[in-house]
Amino acid sequence: MSSTTNPPTHHTSTIGAIGAPSRRNTELALLVFAVAIPVFAYANVGLAIKNQVPAGLLEYGLGLGLLAGVAHLAVRKFAPYADPLLLPLATLLNGLGLVVIWRLDQSKLLQSLPHFAAAAPRQLLYSALGIAMFAAVLIFLKDHRALQRYTYISMVCALVLLLLPLVPGLGADIYGAKIWIRVPGLGSLQPGEFAKIVLAVFFAGYLMVKRDALALASRRFMGLYLPRGRDLGPILVVWAMSILILVFETDLGTSLLFFGMFVIMLYVATERTSWIVFGLLMSAVGAVGVASFESHIQTRVNAWLNPMREYQLSRQVTHDGILHSDQLQQSLWAFGSGGTLGTGWGQGHSDLIKFAANSDFVFATFGEELGLAGIMAMLLIYGLIVERGVRTALAARDPFGKLLAVGLSGAFALQVFVVAGGVMGLIPLTGMTMPFVAYGGSSVLANWALIGILIRISDTARRPAPMPAGNPDAEMTQVVRPS
Amino acid sequence: MSELTLTVMRLGFLAVLWLFVIVAVQVIRSDLFGTRVTQRGSRREAGRQQQQAARQQPAAPPQQRNQQRGQQGGGRRGRNAPTKLVVTEGTLTGTTVALQGQTITLGRAHDSTIVLDDDYASSRHARIYPDRDGQWIVEDLGSTNGTYLDRSRLTTPTPIQPGSPIRIGKTVIELRK
Repeated sequence: MSSTTNPPTHHTSTIGAIGAPSRRNTELALLVFAVAIPVFAYANVGLAIKNQVPAGLLEYGLGLGLLAGVAHLAVRKFAPYADPLLLPLATLLNGLGLVVIWRLDQSKLLQSLPHFAAAAPRQLLYSALGIAMFAAVLIFLKDHRALQRYTYISMVCALVLLLLPLVPGLGADIYGAKIWIRVPGLGSLQPGEFAKIVLAVFFAGYLMVKRDALALASRRFMGLYLPRGRDLGPILVVWAMSILILVFETDLGTSLLFFGMFVIMLYVATERTSWIVFGLLMSAVGAVGVASFESHIQTRVNAWLNPMREYQLSRQVTHDGILHSDQLQQSLWAFGSGGTLGTGWGQGHSDLIKFAANSDFVFATFGEELGLAGIMAMLLIYGLIVERGVRTALAARDPFGKLLAVGLSGAFALQVFVVAGGVMGLIPLTGMTMPFVAYGGSSVLANWALIGILIRISDTARRPAPMPAGNPDAEMTQVVRPS
Repeated sequence: MSELTLTVMRLGFLAVLWLFVIVAVQVIRSDLFGTRVTQRGSRREAGRQQQQAARQQPAAPPQQRNQQRGQQGGGRRGRNAPTKLVVTEGTLTGTTVALQGQTITLGRAHDSTIVLDDDYASSRHARIYPDRDGQWIVEDLGSTNGTYLDRSRLTTPTPIQPGSPIRIGKTVIELRK
């Protein structure tokens, strides 16, 4: 039991020698499973479309397996007590995303569109970069509490990231939403995806310090605890910020995501239901207010309320200057034709969505080809990732880690809700990406970083407690001893 | 490819996908039905029980106590400087802070290195810092309920031996190698 024989990764010498249940082998087994499923799907797509097992099956399988293996080794080395489920779940979603993007690449209809380029190889590259990002987070972020030091720097960073798309010459207006920046030589980047994580760090650090004031100083009115005026300051600032994003970048999704994340974290920090009531009221007022004068948002809302009319308008020549899109109606038809069990891989017609079929509308392809049974399983997998994040928050010992884990998993959950709800016609469609499955480098990179931070927090939380040393009082009471 | 094969593959894929979800839920079942007692857990549990037993009835089996002493002795014999601070009892149990020559403040204040969530702790309760020779010193900062090193209440800054418990309210802290 001497501490010198232990490798330096063991922080507690007494426990390391006995061997704690790190559950890394469970993770490895699940990872093998999570790689096998997309390989099966890949072979299935090839058999359905071209009547043969696709030529790249081995390379694809090995590539995905290699990425998963690297990620697993990084976790084994740098976060040995981390949650065993987060990595396999994320790997499975990423693998399924690669398959569905490759499947849409095979579509004759999409190939005939102008600007067509095979997306699957690039998505594989993005996934590799994502895993590298994940490993980098684990290697360089030894302790998530270090992030606490950068509370206000994070705030500035997040604001800069959010404002970057508005900088002339750097920002790019793609189909009405100004959420992109052009990096010369690298393509375009969506800074909002990264701002999500940075902002969660700021909220966690800020709320940890201010939560007592926010929770305790309040008046009771009609069963609700009303916060004091001066404590409303921060929530008003964040609200104003998200409204400004909505107005200037016409990005409903990001605005909803940030404000929702802040309200969730505020609720967790203060345990006051009144914040949720206020948050919902304020976001409703803000959204309705902006929608009344912003034409881009109005178009989205109209398409949501009446997708069939929008579909018909898109078939005719209109002169109202609005770009009518049949995407939402096509997406709804895709879900409908999928039914309960789906049409099977490669046999749907979700390529009729055409533009953004593999990014914003990727979930419609899953809905058509895997059916209700398939997307329920996928939504459960997303749900499990969120559950593991919240479980990590429960297990974490420091308030900053708790809030950060809740914030990150809340943002993840909100993003899934906003995108899935959008393509299913539950809420107005917003230009966001389904985490891990949608085509897009920024999204994959940012979500792998998010999983990396959750794994780091869960490693700290699940690390076994060091053994208590002999209690001096106990020593003293051991007077009578049968000899 | 025949229709039948594709149907079988379609249903097979859905089955496999759901199997994965079920396996994943099985893995976290311990969250719902309590944790499995592992070897390490049982030993630690035994250690705790032994301590409690020692507190309540002094007749603990002597061999277990010897084992415990042996561990402590092993910890002390090294004579190297401690490398980390470990919380061994209280709500923060398991928290570790690496000792890198910085002053560690303990208390309920939010800017403390270790923020104690302990009813018996003052907002600036105590601090632990290295002196010029690298010896770690604990100093009580005029707390209401006092800081205890081993069993004595601190009145002056006192050097800490690795492994000796520092008690603040219900929280116990130790320096480890």
